[in-house]
Amino acid sequence: MGEIENPANTVSRTAIKQVLWLSVVATVGFVLLMGLLSWASDLTGGGPRTLSGIDANTGTVTLVLAQEPPQLDSTRATDQVSGMILGHVMEGLLRYDEHQRLEAAVAERWDLRETGATFWLREDALWSDGQPVTAHDFVFAWQTALDPATASEYAFILYPLKNAEAINTGQSPRNQLGARAISDRVLEVELERPTSHFSKLVAFPTYFPLREDFYRSRDGRYGSDAVDLLYNGPFQMVRWVHGAHVRLEKNPYYWDAERIRINVLDMPYITSDTTAAVNLFKQGAIATTGLDAEALDNALKLRWNIKRYQDGSVFYLDFNFRPERITSNYSLRKALELINDPSELVYKVIKIPGYQPGVSLFPAWLNGVNGLFRQEYPPPTTRPNVEEARRYLALAKQELGVDAIPPLVLLTGDSPFSNKHAEYYQNLVMQTLGLEVKIDKQIFKQRLAKMTSGDFDLVAAGWGPDFDDPLTFADLYASWNQNNRGLYKNPELDRLVRVAQNSIDPKTRMDAFGEIQNILYEDVVLLHNYERGIVYVQDPRLRGVIRRAVGTDPDYTNAFIIDTP
Amino acid sequence: MLRYTIRRLVQGVITVWFIATTTFVAMHMVPGDPLTSERATTVEIRRNLEERYGLDRPIFEQYVIYVGNMARGDFGISFTQQNRRVNDIIREHFPISATLGILAITFAAFGGILWGALTALYRNQLPDVAIMFLVILAISVPSFVLAALGQITLVNINAGLGVTVLPVAGWGTVQHMIVPSLVLGLGTMAFLTRLMRSSMLEIMNADFIRTARAKGLPPTRIFLKHQLRNAALPVVTVLGPAIAAITTGGFVVELVFAIPGLGRYFVQAVQQLDYTVIMGTTVFYGAFLVVMVIIVDLVYGLVDARVRMA
Repeated sequence: MGEIENPANTVSRTAIKQVLWLSVVATVGFVLLMGLLSWASDLTGGGPRTLSGIDANTGTVTLVLAQEPPQLDSTRATDQVSGMILGHVMEGLLRYDEHQRLEAAVAERWDLRETGATFWLREDALWSDGQPVTAHDFVFAWQTALDPATASEYAFILYPLKNAEAINTGQSPRNQLGARAISDRVLEVELERPTSHFSKLVAFPTYFPLREDFYRSRDGRYGSDAVDLLYNGPFQMVRWVHGAHVRLEKNPYYWDAERIRINVLDMPYITSDTTAAVNLFKQGAIATTGLDAEALDNALKLRWNIKRYQDGSVFYLDFNFRPERITSNYSLRKALELINDPSELVYKVIKIPGYQPGVSLFPAWLNGVNGLFRQEYPPPTTRPNVEEARRYLALAKQELGVDAIPPLVLLTGDSPFSNKHAEYYQNLVMQTLGLEVKIDKQIFKQRLAKMTSGDFDLVAAGWGPDFDDPLTFADLYASWNQNNRGLYKNPELDRLVRVAQNSIDPKTRMDAFGEIQNILYEDVVLLHNYERGIVYVQDPRLRGVIRRAVGTDPDYTNAFIIDTP
Repeated sequence: MLRYTIRRLVQGVITVWFIATTTFVAMHMVPGDPLTSERATTVEIRRNLEERYGLDRPIFEQYVIYVGNMARGDFGISFTQQNRRVNDIIREHFPISATLGILAITFAAFGGILWGALTALYRNQLPDVAIMFLVILAISVPSFVLAALGQITLVNINAGLGVTVLPVAGWGTVQHMIVPSLVLGLGTMAFLTRLMRSSMLEIMNADFIRTARAKGLPPTRIFLKHQLRNAALPVVTVLGPAIAAITTGGFVVELVFAIPGLGRYFVQAVQQLDYTVIMGTTVFYGAFLVVMVIIVDLVYGLVDARVRMA
């Protein structure tokens, strides 16, 4: 074949030409029209938005779910999405109100003692089939969560109950649990040791009730589908199409149904893609969405009303304290601390409003004796000082007996966000101390596996609270804690954790937490990064949605729709 | 023909077994396992979980049990979707991916043949240059960019017109399927256009076309019966693998358009090391690909008489 035109070709051309040209013109025309419309609407700043993510007439709020709940058995749930849905369809003995205070839920009154508690259940608390919620349902739920056969990952949160740990480790039968139904409406609890934050624990999903006859009738499938669940909360699930659609409707049997002003929580979209969620919001198809850094820029341009809150978790770089690792050397850790600048990280690298520079393992929102913990026990801090850092580095080399520090392995996640953070840190260490940092990017499970086996020098770590008490952070570095992946050991810190665990005197406990905070500064030399902020947009007609660090988040049980923004 | 079919099927079964074994080995070589969780579990709970899923047994025993169950068509229970059988996951979500895939491939095949034929007819002229430029663009731009662009265009169109022409995301009606399938099929369409163009160019100068013209056949008949049919043969060949690739490769599109397809489970399973779902979806997709290739080979015989004899 050459480039010479074959005159015979022209024969077939003429006839086909018309057919082909027509389709070409049609296609090109369509593309041009799409482009033109998209350009025109950009000029007008997004154009008119028909916000149907909210339907005031039917009381419907439409939402996007980041992922599908793996299952909704409250004894085995671990993830945030499950927690959010369970928080709407179930209810525990107590719950958090909009000011983050505990209030009566299934229990109408309660009495907390040093090593025990009594809960009196309200008469009108009903399951979604009309039967009353009884004390037996709580006993059954707690026993089930602790049963080794259930293998609940959150069983530890029930450990304050008497014999709970023994049951969970298979050393004691489940009927030995320190929780008994005196009658249908009186629940008597015995505690293993004084637990001052027990009332906060009973608001947690693992403490939600479970009715024995229904649970057994599902034959191991409890929580798998909408029909495999029984509800006692403000909403009930009427539809669950896996991977596609979750729909909650107001539960007519709920004792406090009058308080609930939203009729339907519809979640017909399930995707973890923030861009898709933002597009849905822009379209008005959903009522609220979180924003990432990129979406935030656009949202600012569009003059959306941006809201923010802190989700309560803290992020830091954790060291590996195993003796064979160079990070077990105090001077090296100190050198790294003296170049660590959380403010620069938050304000110059992350640049998302709502993020706060980290200063302590105990986040700002935790309460102390009377006020905020951090105000009562101000965390010791160090200002970045490169010269001082270099002195410590020289000292570290001397102590380790090496001429040069080998490259430090920084274990981190595979998201663009963690990547940006890791690269910033790599650059920082190189520029200030001349040390090389090797970034080890791993997907979630592999990162956890490497953390557990100790295959790192530094790891980008974070911790979210399980309950509203400093203890949820304070025992992270206890030698027995499985989450202490760097294997830090300090008998003094262990002792202080035990003091805080066993005391019910607020002052004694907070003093212990204050001491722990000092040890984290002086000996662990924790490299603080940030306290996470969440920025989001919400339809202005939707009011009363509660965003919080501990408890159901977001919480629509208090929400309502107004006609005009 | 029958013997040929049987031989191909036996080869297919061996291929699938090989895929299963390789995946099994690779999966267990990766650090971590599906039971690794953020809140570290106690030794006892871990042991219970291992027992429940049979992970406490020697690896070879696990393999034998697995292949045995697989032969009976049972892929086991998912680790992350704790009460769902992998068979159910495939049964519920594959039809969605398949619907999307079939739409995309229809669009890609028709578009590819049409544009390919057109560029060949106008070789080195403006339509050819313009279309081939777009083709190169469509091949080079990754699907996540196309998906995001497609979606934002849709948002803007809807906003510009003030009515929802097509929904931005979700699944359920035909309207939901149009843009995602266009996005999904675009890359394949570009690829097929190139393929069609080169094979069309070859055909146009062939002797039998000249003979047809000499006989005085009408140009439309020559184009449809002689040129298009022969030039489309290579396209049919790659269609099988392309169907499989499109049906399995829709992960990004499914994520962006919030479509509950199997592609999402396929990718998430790998990220979460959900052993049973990884095995189930990989083997299923493997088998699907093998079957598609076999079907295409058989169909090829129907289209091209020369192959039928072989």
